[in-house]
Amino acid sequence: MQLAKVLGTVVATMKHDSLTGVRLLLIQPQDENGVPDGDAIVAADPLQAGVGELVEWTTGREAALALPVTYSPVDAAVVRIVDHAWSDPKYLGGDR
Amino acid sequence: MILCRVIGNSVATVKHACFDGKSVLVVQPVRGDGSTPIGKSFLSVDSVQAGVGDLVLCAREGNTARQILGKDSDPLHSVILGVVDTVNVD
Repeated sequence: MQLAKVLGTVVATMKHDSLTGVRLLLIQPQDENGVPDGDAIVAADPLQAGVGELVEWTTGREAALALPVTYSPVDAAVVRIVDHAWSDPKYLGGDR
Repeated sequence: MILCRVIGNSVATVKHACFDGKSVLVVQPVRGDGSTPIGKSFLSVDSVQAGVGDLVLCAREGNTARQILGKDSDPLHSVILGVVDTVNVD
């Protein structure tokens, strides 16, 4: 599971039946400090996230489980709209 | 399963129901020394009351996460399943 910034929405008229009514977003994976990680991808969004919001998305079989129809051909889905995320490399040393 | 160091935390209000009451931590994969980072950090759901600074055992695979944390239908891909006390390497 990883963070991403929502870049925009994707509209598709002709699509697999299981995706009817499912919102699609273009998201840019990033870390908790805002550093982009790889290329933008399209993710299904059952939570109605808005453009510019920070979201958590999941990949693999679990992605489809986040949708109303859990047997869907989807490999990325938004599972949380993240209000705040942080990390500090000083904790790599184990000090609390 | 991989060794990770918990280096951060995240907060979300709108989320899939399976995340209710669970904390989602930022973990960084590390080498056996417990402090040399390998690759990118990611998010993992805590199941063992781990905290920031802890060395943890992390599964990054969906079936493990679902078995430990919830129902078969939960969209969980990564889970923290242990707090590591020591790592011995010859």
